[in-house]
Amino acid sequence: MKDPVDVLIIGAGASGAAVAWSLAETKMHILCLEQGGWMNPAEYPSTGRDWEAKFYGEWSSSPNVRGRPEDYPINDDNSPIKVVNYNAVGGSTVMYTAHWPRLHPSDFKVKTLDGVADDWPIDYDALTPFFEENDRMMGTSGLSGDPLSPLTHPPMPQQPMGLSGAIIGKAMNKRGWHWWPSDTTVATMDYEGRARCVNLGHCTPACAQGAKSSTDITYWPHAVRAGVELRTHCRVREITTDETGMASGVVYYDKDGVAQFQPAHVVIIACNGVGTPRLLLNSASGRFPNGLANSSGLVGKNLMFHPYAQIYGYVKEPTDSNRAPPTCLWSKEWYDTDLSRGFVRGYGVQFVRGAGPVFEAVVSEQKGILPWGEDHHRVFRKLNGHRLGFSAICEDLPEEHNRVTLDPVLKDSHGIPAPKIDYTISENSRKMMEHALARGREFLETAGASDICANSPIPWGGWHLLGTARMGTDPDRSVVNEWGRTHDVKNLFIVDGSIFVTSGGVNPTSTIQALALYIADQMKQRLANLFD
Amino acid sequence: MSEQPSLTPRQRQDLGTIAAMIIPASEEYRVPGADDQIIQADILATLGRDTKPVAAALDHLARLAGMPLADLAPDARDGVAQQFRSAGGAPAATLVRVVLQCYYRDDRVLRSLGLELRAPFPKGYVLPDGDWSLLDPVRARAGTLRRAP
Repeated sequence: MKDPVDVLIIGAGASGAAVAWSLAETKMHILCLEQGGWMNPAEYPSTGRDWEAKFYGEWSSSPNVRGRPEDYPINDDNSPIKVVNYNAVGGSTVMYTAHWPRLHPSDFKVKTLDGVADDWPIDYDALTPFFEENDRMMGTSGLSGDPLSPLTHPPMPQQPMGLSGAIIGKAMNKRGWHWWPSDTTVATMDYEGRARCVNLGHCTPACAQGAKSSTDITYWPHAVRAGVELRTHCRVREITTDETGMASGVVYYDKDGVAQFQPAHVVIIACNGVGTPRLLLNSASGRFPNGLANSSGLVGKNLMFHPYAQIYGYVKEPTDSNRAPPTCLWSKEWYDTDLSRGFVRGYGVQFVRGAGPVFEAVVSEQKGILPWGEDHHRVFRKLNGHRLGFSAICEDLPEEHNRVTLDPVLKDSHGIPAPKIDYTISENSRKMMEHALARGREFLETAGASDICANSPIPWGGWHLLGTARMGTDPDRSVVNEWGRTHDVKNLFIVDGSIFVTSGGVNPTSTIQALALYIADQMKQRLANLFD
Repeated sequence: MSEQPSLTPRQRQDLGTIAAMIIPASEEYRVPGADDQIIQADILATLGRDTKPVAAALDHLARLAGMPLADLAPDARDGVAQQFRSAGGAPAATLVRVVLQCYYRDDRVLRSLGLELRAPFPKGYVLPDGDWSLLDPVRARAGTLRRAP
């Protein structure tokens, strides 16, 4: 029998790292169990000549393609958008674009403002200090003063505009549309032990330079130094409960595949929008027959992905291709509701600077714009190094039929039932995507682009996994309360993207981590009566 | 890791033929075709997890051709190739992708494209900082953040 820990955190990704670091100052015994291991930057793709090819294999963003021992399979056959993630210390921050917008204040009040979905039980102001704290910890770069975004104070200057940025800016100006340098978690100067970005280009599948912020190189070194224990290659099978209905600990498989019981006084789940409901549903028991913390029946429901409407083309001038971080600019021109557009809510845009030669060849051949035969070389030279992209992140509203359940057949390498995704794109989202494609086409034509192609949705674009254990004050309509504690189990907390009530139209990691820090702060303020 | 099965001699022969149809050599651009021995060796050496779908694609190709692809008359070969690509599904896409990913890392090809023969790390690349006065019109238009109640 292992000694009980005060706090057990499941998952060492974006939110698990933040909550561990924040709680460390309490000097409680904090243990984090992570199914993956520590990353080795020397093995990252950009260190080798075959850097692009790796993205189609062991560095695929899809766990189903990647199939590393640390991954678990996901049945997403019944979804036009496939789940992508990464399982390691750092979680999916190891493999993300580092694009760093926040939810807007209006995103927390969509019911009041637009009559759809639900308001969050907290507002933007409650998260403001934690956004700021998180930006310092993750190390953000950007340009303060964007008139259409919440005010931020990035500690580092924005990324260089590059060749692509200048083309994008000029075209957006011709249209009279908003654009601005993105806040990103790419270090543009040496920062807190991290070296500055040298434009390796291939940022998404991990940064060998360490310039892209992932929690294995930001929060975790601080948390471990402060006494948090991080146990890797430990996959949690279920959360156990005692006779009073409180969480008593977890059963996990250690690095040797041996089942272990780890008792704990408090359990915090940080497995994001697919892993968290999977774990809760796998923790069903006689007392909780429909899964743990699921008296509302909402665990796994209301999955939100952010359908991406992406359109790209090729300009005559050279673009940055693979020689720059892929994202550098955003637009909030169409972020807020304008009912004349035919849909409610809106979308953010992230511009894409270009692509490397292998990616360009593979995708263009698939799209039918790069021919086989004699003309291949001429056409490839016209395309390669000339791509510009416009990706709309469409706000996905919560719908209960979009859900995560347990697959009746599929299991991971430990025999734990795998998640199954059922998801359809709503009519509102489709209209939004059509609108975005039309605006994207206008932008590209203004930039002088030809050979315009679209991906709508981006099929392998399920980066953002939100809403499956939503936050709220009503136990019948939500899974956790307004400070992250499950309504049903008073020593069980959730701090990841699954607690989002609505999704906004931006990449969510900044907001996920601000929420995790906010919940940690709430816990610290209530330590004396945490379970009341 | 389990050992991946290798391709049969017939499969290798068809792989070379279809690769040359995808990317033929070009004197104009001074590049080899994708059937070049070095590129073919790279493909075979790095097939790894793609071996199974590529073998399936080549078996499909063989069924369509009914004989070694190279032995078909040019018109018939083109017809088979078109049918293969349009109806070959994921295995055909994998085969094409494998050919492209090995071709576009070959030194001779990268030189022809004016690209450096190196990994991105550690040297990286230099980006122009750009003219940020381009933002002046955005600042001038301003706008306001939607208020939350």
